[in-house]
Amino acid sequence: VAAAGRGLLDHRLLFFTGKGGVGKSTVTAAVAMLAAEHGKRVLLVEVDAKGNLTSLFEHEPVGFEPVEVHPRVSVMQMRTEASLREYLRLHIRVPVLGRLGPLASMLEFVANAAPGVKEILTVGKVCWEVRESIAGRAPWDLVVVDAAASGHVLAQLDSPRAIRELVQVGPVRSQTEWMVELLADPAITSLNVVTAPEEMPVNETIELIERARGQVNVPLGDVIVNRVLPEPFTRADDPVFAALCEPAPTSVLEEHAGPGGRDVLDAARLAASLRRSRSPYITKLREAAGLPLLFVPYLFVRDHGIRVTRMVSAALGDELGL
Amino acid sequence: VNGEAGTTASLEQLLATREVVVFCGSGGVGKTTTAAAAALAATVRLGGRVLVLTIDPARRLANALGLGGFGNVERRVPDDVMRAAGVEPRGELYAAMLDTKASWDDLVLRHAPDEETAYRILENRLYVNLTGRFVQSHDYIAMERLYDLHATGRYDLIVVDTPPTRNAIDFLEAPERMAEFFGGRLLRWLTMPYRIGGRRGARLVNFASRPFYQMADRILGSQFLQDIGEFFLNFQTMEDGFRRRATAVQQLLHDQRSAFVVVTTLEGAPLREARFFCDELSKRNFHLGALILNKTLPAYLRGADGRHAAEVILEDAPQIADALAALGVPALDDREATRRVLTTAATTFRDYAVVAAREAELRNEMSKLPDVVITVPGLEDDIHDLAGLRRVADRLFAVS
Repeated sequence: VAAAGRGLLDHRLLFFTGKGGVGKSTVTAAVAMLAAEHGKRVLLVEVDAKGNLTSLFEHEPVGFEPVEVHPRVSVMQMRTEASLREYLRLHIRVPVLGRLGPLASMLEFVANAAPGVKEILTVGKVCWEVRESIAGRAPWDLVVVDAAASGHVLAQLDSPRAIRELVQVGPVRSQTEWMVELLADPAITSLNVVTAPEEMPVNETIELIERARGQVNVPLGDVIVNRVLPEPFTRADDPVFAALCEPAPTSVLEEHAGPGGRDVLDAARLAASLRRSRSPYITKLREAAGLPLLFVPYLFVRDHGIRVTRMVSAALGDELGL
Repeated sequence: VNGEAGTTASLEQLLATREVVVFCGSGGVGKTTTAAAAALAATVRLGGRVLVLTIDPARRLANALGLGGFGNVERRVPDDVMRAAGVEPRGELYAAMLDTKASWDDLVLRHAPDEETAYRILENRLYVNLTGRFVQSHDYIAMERLYDLHATGRYDLIVVDTPPTRNAIDFLEAPERMAEFFGGRLLRWLTMPYRIGGRRGARLVNFASRPFYQMADRILGSQFLQDIGEFFLNFQTMEDGFRRRATAVQQLLHDQRSAFVVVTTLEGAPLREARFFCDELSKRNFHLGALILNKTLPAYLRGADGRHAAEVILEDAPQIADALAALGVPALDDREATRRVLTTAATTFRDYAVVAAREAELRNEMSKLPDVVITVPGLEDDIHDLAGLRRVADRLFAVS
């Protein structure tokens, strides 16, 4: 575990996935911030259209064109239609798609419903930025992707291969070859999972890792365990706390601190049992995931903005020994 | 729709007066557990035949509901299992899980004009991909399956846990999208060469000179285009069935028999989703029956008493430790240890009070609320059995 996450920032392309509600976007933004603090120019890609990622930098929403929202961190929001237009312009040389009415609507439909097209447009754009930056034609040292939630991310990452199976010939097929290669290169790409120490997120993480190992040729990186609650009492202090909760000591406490003394004890008991109910999931994750775990503590803070992103970034920096 | 909102003053009344109650919310807020608890509560308090249709339950919860295996069949939760968990059922509780692929296959077999067409669809590579691998197909099939179960008339109440879609409103639009799709010009374009050339020997020859097909061919390759065309040609034969169903699903969801419940935690991102959902539901004239604020922290964390006590303890911990040592309790002999534990308890209170205050602020920011808002305090452990579900159910039905 000492080597946990070594080299996380040494890749060119980092995907972050995770079940809804575990803080995936915050962790992703924090990684981008951490990399930027270490001098890297980062492109942060928001894949789902929620448009909240920039709020983690207290910046207004951005579109498909990358905007620098923080020193050395640029954010772009993935839009498959824009991605398709760019693709057609660059590779097929179709300048004005609008003039081909039915084709445009067909591609729109295909992008929405046909297998893998929306996915490849997303992954394709990401891979394109990485390839361009490696070739020195794009300014990024690192591309960080706030990817789809667990269920969908494998379909996305597998889409170049899926398309290659479906489309037998033509430029689309040949475009998938280099993508498959880039995604499979452990020196370039890693898929990381953000989770929380609770039953569903942990189970889903373990399943995802198993499926990723079997189905997708993308190297796995780290598991980031977010919102880890602190253990309030050491083992030695447990009996002391238990004694405090007995009637006579509680009365003494209330004499000094007023009726709220009981509330203070209740809060500590709540904290201890919340922590206790969650720790088996950390154990389970450690045993089943087979990947380095990075821990981010639960933050007892009031706000949501860049301060939180900074705190998570600092915690990750500590975990990575940076 | 909004006029009769006053008649449903509690979740209990909502469950008693509706045939379909759909639970919505973003991931991780406890939607599945809440839906299952509501169904259990309805079985216990209201009786009748209650079905909970769930999408992706935690394994232990699935086991508790008797949904150990996969499949699309509703299973009855045995009465003795409920009694063992301290629940005395007045009605019958059933549970079903949504198997997307199996549901799609059923649908095709039902609507296809003949067996041959059905199998041509089922074996099409595009179909296999579409239904098995990509999440969009969840939306439609969840609604379809709901309609199906409702139409059997076997259940007095169906509680639905919605699919974990990104954009939570998608599944409501799915039937409309499907109906639009069949009526669209796009489908005619895609299938035209096949309708002319005949189903089997379909080639793009006649149309190869047209810019549309030329372009499509250049981008996607002719084999892929042919797969698409063939798939939709076959799929089109099911149009009537699909259209009728889609309309019926919309009707069911819009009328008096149905209501929606939005579940959220008092955290930034889930609340944003909940607010969006409440707005969209009312915009579309769906009946928003209740908002559940789930897994909230207990009220005492917001109290002045506790805050004051924490302050005093942090200041006077050594003196309090002395007073406690005087009690003669062995565990409290070590004053340094007692001081440390007292200080930790007080800091912990303060930490959690910050989170409780944040929750209260976020709650106050919710401007438009439905008539029924239920605050459900979090349980300290995960819910993985019927006894746990019953505890959630008790909290759901407690007047708040």
